[in-house]
Amino acid sequence: MTVGLVLQVVLAGVGVAAALVVPTRWRSPAVGTLAAALGVTGLVTGLAATGGAQGTLRISTQVADLTYGPTALGGLFVALVAGVGTLAAVYGIGSAHGAAASRTQWAAFVVFLFGLLGVPAAADVVGFLVAWEVMAGASAVLVLADQACADRATSAAARSAGTWYAVLTHVSFVAVAAGFAVLAAATGTTDLAGIAAAAPTGWTADLAFGLLTLGFATKAGLVPLHVWLPKVYPVVPAHSAGLMSVAPKAGLYGLVLVVWTLLPDGPRWWALVLVALGGVSAVSGIVQAAVTTHLRRLLAYSTAENLGLMVLALGLAALYREAGLDAAAHVALVACLFLALGHAAFKSVAFLAAGAVQQATGEHDLDRLGGLTRTMPWTAGAFGVAALGAAALPVTGGFVAEWMLLQALLAGGHADDPVVAVTAPLALAVIALTAGLALMTFVKAYGIGFLARPRGNPAPEKAPRAEPGEAHLSMRAAMVVGSLVVIALGMVPGPVARGLAGIVDGSGITTTGTAGVDLGPLGAVLNPVALTLLAALVTLPVLAVTAAVAERVPRTTEVPAWGCGQVRDSARTQYTATSYAEPLTRVFDDAVRPGRDVQVDHVAESRFLAEQVRYSQQIGDVVEERAYRPVIRAADRLADAARRVQNGSLQRYLGFALAALVVVLVVVS
Amino acid sequence: MSAAVAILLQVCVVVAAAPGVAGVTRQVRARLEGRVGAGVLQPYRDLRKLFAKRPLQASGTSWVTRAAPVLLVASSLVVAALVPVVTTQALPDVPGDLFVVVSVLLVGSVAVALLGLDAGSAFGGMGSSRHMMITALVEPTVLLAVYALSVPVDSSALGDIVGARHEDLTSIASPGGLLAVAALAVVVVAETGRLPVDNPSTHLELTMVHEAMVLEASGRDLARIELASWLRLTVLLALVVNLVAPWGIATSTTALALLVGTLAVVTKTALLAAVLGAAEIGLAKLRLFRVPELLAGSFALAFLAVTAAYLV
Repeated sequence: MTVGLVLQVVLAGVGVAAALVVPTRWRSPAVGTLAAALGVTGLVTGLAATGGAQGTLRISTQVADLTYGPTALGGLFVALVAGVGTLAAVYGIGSAHGAAASRTQWAAFVVFLFGLLGVPAAADVVGFLVAWEVMAGASAVLVLADQACADRATSAAARSAGTWYAVLTHVSFVAVAAGFAVLAAATGTTDLAGIAAAAPTGWTADLAFGLLTLGFATKAGLVPLHVWLPKVYPVVPAHSAGLMSVAPKAGLYGLVLVVWTLLPDGPRWWALVLVALGGVSAVSGIVQAAVTTHLRRLLAYSTAENLGLMVLALGLAALYREAGLDAAAHVALVACLFLALGHAAFKSVAFLAAGAVQQATGEHDLDRLGGLTRTMPWTAGAFGVAALGAAALPVTGGFVAEWMLLQALLAGGHADDPVVAVTAPLALAVIALTAGLALMTFVKAYGIGFLARPRGNPAPEKAPRAEPGEAHLSMRAAMVVGSLVVIALGMVPGPVARGLAGIVDGSGITTTGTAGVDLGPLGAVLNPVALTLLAALVTLPVLAVTAAVAERVPRTTEVPAWGCGQVRDSARTQYTATSYAEPLTRVFDDAVRPGRDVQVDHVAESRFLAEQVRYSQQIGDVVEERAYRPVIRAADRLADAARRVQNGSLQRYLGFALAALVVVLVVVS
Repeated sequence: MSAAVAILLQVCVVVAAAPGVAGVTRQVRARLEGRVGAGVLQPYRDLRKLFAKRPLQASGTSWVTRAAPVLLVASSLVVAALVPVVTTQALPDVPGDLFVVVSVLLVGSVAVALLGLDAGSAFGGMGSSRHMMITALVEPTVLLAVYALSVPVDSSALGDIVGARHEDLTSIASPGGLLAVAALAVVVVAETGRLPVDNPSTHLELTMVHEAMVLEASGRDLARIELASWLRLTVLLALVVNLVAPWGIATSTTALALLVGTLAVVTKTALLAAVLGAAEIGLAKLRLFRVPELLAGSFALAFLAVTAAYLV
């Protein structure tokens, strides 16, 4: 395994060198291939680590030693990140052009992937923090580097996104570093295994938990620390967005590491904090996703939702373990990790497909998209599979994960502990509402974005080629492979779940039948292959009848759609994403706070006749408006007040110097 | 006989009875409204007519228009195989796990919602949007009711739940059990698009939910959609009736038990269908934005059921 780690360092170095040296024409193929090789190496290393392989890489510097050697849990996250990294790199070969294929972008891409691989591989605190900072810095470059060549509007958005991201990412780094410092000081070692062996308790542990949770939750994009998500994803190039879709998993890894490995004897309120954080994040993330019309923003908010579900599952696992329900705790943790796997697969595919759509049509607003199943069948298919996974429908990985989580909740329903018995149904209601809204969100994303006819009139300067064409071969390959993983996780979850159970020492979960899951002590079985076979068997007669009839009575296509007795074939009369979400926006009016504006121009002769009605709606982020803006405004005011001190007058500066001198003299004497 | 044969029989019974159940509700309703009615057998005749007709497909539609009706029927048939209608026996590899049943139902809902969007007509989009909003808000109630039913028997397999109620009839009358079934009944009304959530016999596009989504479907596509929604109605009514009054349901797979189970479920479901038809006389469709209030009430019932199940 040490070989794999060394090879990663070498490949990352070669990749960065190639990004800087190779001329523009060959840059994307060359660096993309190298980055994919880095990803494959990481995948192999990670899988080896989950299988129990040992091996470390120690880098000695004058200041401190960095040690890398993934544990089984770390190996899982290395493999997960590496898998997504490989897909994104392969996709980048075909997708990166122009500004997206600049030296900075590709170099930052490789460094970002390298940093992401290093975080879960780290075996000591210093190594962890260095990898974390490498990842954070490189991703900030990815966000900011695009603006130089983009148009003015994008550039402003990218600058704002870059600022938000840089600030929050460093808040996260400081919190994580401080948290680890507390742990290292309390245990006297920087080795992660050493910290776990001598885990502190009491207020030291509480402090470390608080700081680390703050830091990791920021990276994981949990509400209310999610504000960077919807800003960053729309402005990075398509392949980088695919890679960044897995970045929140670094935060999740951190949380699992802290709660499950480093501080396993935490008090009950930690678990409840995590459950509450996860629940709030899940519901508010998906409500925002359901009402937004920007495809990538929608996916970003849905990331906040999914990470919320994972953290909820983690909190539940901690709660169960504390209450002595070990079997249910293991199932909840396996559900959390399964969600992470499923989410990594479907969200990366969704971001890659959204990038392909944007490249082909120049459009990311669902209100203007439509009809892409005909022009981009591969992309539409991949997005469809990803949407199925995100909506947690059978037979995808998302469904299996959610099923496991629900079974774990059921196991808590008859616990003797009143806290557990109340938390479980409440968590269930949260998950159910989330699942329902996710369904609506992804029906909207696929149905409005890809079905029917293009909703049309893009701004002239953004007008694309006459007919959007299908994506480049490498992009299609990446999306198809990702979709197959989404389905494979749903069809053969048994071995995967057993492997995950092995990682967290949960022996109750076994495989059943053809690769189904058997939750053992919980007495629940899910066999997707058998379910699919059953569906095929019962549908077969229907299909046979249909085929027999179809031969006799063929179908007539190309008739006009029903227009209430009239011909209404303008594409403008179709439902848009805004109108699709309108009932929901009304139901959640208090939470979403949409700004609406209706302008009616009347005909000159009569004010009862309208010539033109313009409707516009703006939906901001409530958390950003209510929680962050006041802080930013206060900071601005403080800075303005401070500016008065420095007004350019020489006398005043001399006065300050004199005052300082007097103070020093007083203090000294 | 093995469980597989019993399940096959159950699916056949449901398919054969589904149009009849729709016919009973319509006929009861017609009689109570003072009309003669088309007769209980009219849905069968409708199906035969629609299957023979040439389907029209709007221009600009995609694969969804062809696949959605099949998916919808498939999901309804799978649910018919998973839910204990005739027998509580289940296939060993596919127990009727309630969470799975809900997901399979959702596959059908999503298929029909996409069908509504595919033709690009405003009505389809309108129906689809309303339908998904209701589905999203129903979801917490569904799962919480499922949870309340599952906790006492420590299993989410429907066969176990109904079986336990069949063995211990007092558990049906327990507060938790009653509240859960009440919540589930509201959910069934919302899921199958009956009054007061949706009006299946409306002819005004602007008030439609389910009907608006299938406006573009015709011929055999429409036949499959109609059949699927009748199947759904039948299976869910049979589930409710088996939860409230599990008498007669086959707990083994002998021929006699299955025969008794079939007769019992057909009678009970027909009765419930008649009650449903009669109840709809006195109901008007709720305003769309009042539906969340109805669902919130049902959610409260389900939550009470959970806490009652814990306390008792």
